[in-house]
Amino acid sequence: MLFKKPKFDWPQRYQTLQLEAEHPAVKDFYYKGIVSGETPLEAVSFMALDFETTGLNPNDDSIISIGMVPFSLQRIYCNNAVYWVVRPNTPLSEESILIHHIKHSEIQSAPRIERLLEPLLEKLSEHILVVHFQRIERLFLNNTLKEHLGETLQFPLIDTMEIEKKALKARQGLTGRILNKPVGGIRLNNCRERYSLPQYQSHNALIDAQATAELFIAQVAHHFTPQTPVKNLWLDDI
Amino acid sequence: MQVEQLEIANFLQEHSPFDELPEDALNRLASSVEVAYYRADSDILKFAEPIQDLYVIRSGSVETYRRSGKLYNRLDEGNCFGQMGLMMNRRVRFPVKALEDTLLYCIPVDIYNQFCDEFDDFAEFFGSDENASLRSAVNNQQDANDLTTVKIASLLAREPVTLPTNATVKQAAEVMTEERVSSVLIVDEYKEVEDDTRQLVGIITDRDLRKRVLAVGLPLDTNICEAMSEELMVMDHNAYVFEATLTMLRFNVHHLPIMKKRKPIGVVSLSDIVRHESQSSILFVRGIFTQPSVHDLAQYAKDLPSVFVRMVNEDANSHMIGSAMAVIGRSFKQRLLELAEEELGPPPVPYCFLALGSMARDEQLVVTDQDNALILSNEFDAEQHNEYFARLSKFVSDGLNACGYIYCSGDIMATNPKWRMTLDQWKEQFSEWIEQPNPEALLNSSIFFDLDGVWGRTKWAAKLQSFIADKAQENRLFLSALARNALNRTPPLGFFKGFVMEQDGKHRKSINLKRRGTAPLSDVIRVHALAVASRSQNSFERIQDIMDANILPPGKAQDMSDALEYISMVRIRHQALTIEAGEEPDNNIEPDKLSSFERRNLKEAFQVLDKAQSFLKFCYHSQNRPR
Repeated sequence: MLFKKPKFDWPQRYQTLQLEAEHPAVKDFYYKGIVSGETPLEAVSFMALDFETTGLNPNDDSIISIGMVPFSLQRIYCNNAVYWVVRPNTPLSEESILIHHIKHSEIQSAPRIERLLEPLLEKLSEHILVVHFQRIERLFLNNTLKEHLGETLQFPLIDTMEIEKKALKARQGLTGRILNKPVGGIRLNNCRERYSLPQYQSHNALIDAQATAELFIAQVAHHFTPQTPVKNLWLDDI
Repeated sequence: MQVEQLEIANFLQEHSPFDELPEDALNRLASSVEVAYYRADSDILKFAEPIQDLYVIRSGSVETYRRSGKLYNRLDEGNCFGQMGLMMNRRVRFPVKALEDTLLYCIPVDIYNQFCDEFDDFAEFFGSDENASLRSAVNNQQDANDLTTVKIASLLAREPVTLPTNATVKQAAEVMTEERVSSVLIVDEYKEVEDDTRQLVGIITDRDLRKRVLAVGLPLDTNICEAMSEELMVMDHNAYVFEATLTMLRFNVHHLPIMKKRKPIGVVSLSDIVRHESQSSILFVRGIFTQPSVHDLAQYAKDLPSVFVRMVNEDANSHMIGSAMAVIGRSFKQRLLELAEEELGPPPVPYCFLALGSMARDEQLVVTDQDNALILSNEFDAEQHNEYFARLSKFVSDGLNACGYIYCSGDIMATNPKWRMTLDQWKEQFSEWIEQPNPEALLNSSIFFDLDGVWGRTKWAAKLQSFIADKAQENRLFLSALARNALNRTPPLGFFKGFVMEQDGKHRKSINLKRRGTAPLSDVIRVHALAVASRSQNSFERIQDIMDANILPPGKAQDMSDALEYISMVRIRHQALTIEAGEEPDNNIEPDKLSSFERRNLKEAFQVLDKAQSFLKFCYHSQNRPR
């Protein structure tokens, strides 16, 4: 089997979590519910999400920008895209500024993360999250939530990097696996290239979110069908 | 909230027509884009499905097809598709398939329309580009062997081989051998040019040499005129290949001289035509002549709308469709006259059956009434012959009505004894109209100024055309009366302006595209054409004659041609769609069913008509005003 069996019945679990949640924004997130795992991919509303951060350690580093694009298998809706720059609590190194193309002035006038958490939860609710490399988004989101709202969020999400790893393994075949043949890169742009998707100037949260959405739609077109149940692809946790 | 879509904006900026947009507009456009992905070989758009977006290829490539399944175009990064569908009732016109894995930027139709309204270059790009690619597709692709879209002149591979009238049959045989041709034209360069006669006096073919020279043992120095065929079928160089094919099949001739003005420019032989495969509208015409009775003919005519629709879907232009429909209408008349003569016996005196109005102009569509008349031989004697022609006319008129060409409400039909006259009487009638012009009388008779011979002594029709052309040109009072009538029907400009400004759905009224568009435009064109003694009947050919005579300010004639083509095509497409929807076609369109692109262009076309009418007024009435 390509993907591990889901542990949770998520709609049921959201109901329980809603009762346990303390913060109204978190309560509201669960209250809005989630599609059943049996829902075919073509009927699911997705949200591609990308964080740009000052570093890779969720405990020391902070989020400096957030990109979100809602989409379905049919269309990516850029007109409803969201891009927020965040003023980090730790000073931003020149290096990160260079990588993320965010100007000092932009950061100076940007809101702090705590002011964005409620709108963020609001946007994410009723959508299945799609990210590339879930560790960053999941850990940074939960660390930040824990710090400012006092609790974390549990939700299933789809990780295009995981899908790509599995697809590459399948392509590698048994003998390839035994001989440990190289399978190819799994960074966002490496993956996109395999589906003839154009190279984007990345390291902008919005562009990466859109790039992730495109990659996911391409992966479904190549490895799954629009009728595949969403539970076959979503991951319960890290 | 709108977010700056850098990646999309940067991409669009590098491609036409987006590169012409100001930066803020470009960002606005980029922010409203939707993205779609298609795997190689999957269908992106299927024929006749609703379409809601203009598509820009971000990466990959696609193929667009004709409805017939033939490849229409290949497009890749930066190319757009779907604009045709957006213009035409928002249905997919050319199906599209992904050739490779393809990422598309989709611009929603509302935004597309907004940009068309706001930026002229943007609108023009999609208007003219589509036409240009249509045109190049017509020229380059499978249409090269499509008889309905190819003009006869394009089949001419060489100059005609000609001989003067004093040549001998031996010289004819020599020159034919030398030039490797099966026919030679006999030309009299000094021939007095009068009405429709031409310098071309005859043709001699391989068969003529065999039958008329060798078989009867004529000496080799026999003058060529004794062996040539004199009753010549010729074609104008503007005719389409299918018209030539029809003529050859119909009159059993194997060589057709092609004329430009009064000079032959080449000969088309049956073998030239056989190289092109036959086409649906031709087969349809062939079928007309095989129908054994009026009843069968009427049954057969029920397929006519689908022939029309097929031509529209094959991207024929309005001139091609108009002349194909006119040839078909003419063939119905011819077959009915054949049947009438079978039933009534041969005519007691020769006659010519005339088509009037749109059929004579080669501008017939599917919704049309019958306008016809008879020229009778000068030997006609009412007491002896009238009954025959009354019965003949009734037979044809009833038959046409049964075939869907309804009776003319103005009674301009050969069944009306008033419109059965001898050639001399017709000349008198036209003289009266022209020399003592009376706008009221002319109002009802302008239809006679578009006339064409359909059956019998068609030469007489040509003689009348020449007579009218020569007489009308000299008569300014007549032209001025005709010009006044040409101003009676105005384009719905004000209405359109109101409509465009108030999009609240209050203006549910429809526009009659014929009455307020093509008909008044043809009226204006007719006046100018008569003023330059043009003998052409078709509006586009008349415009060509007007251009050659150089009587209009630069660009005006071309504007009229474009406007006529555009309004006609909207009308034609509208009729085709109505037929496809299983409804009765008409000439009325509801502006709110048009895309804003179509509305813009229609409005422009109507403005051309408005200006053309003002100019006509200026030409013919300004000098009458007191100074």
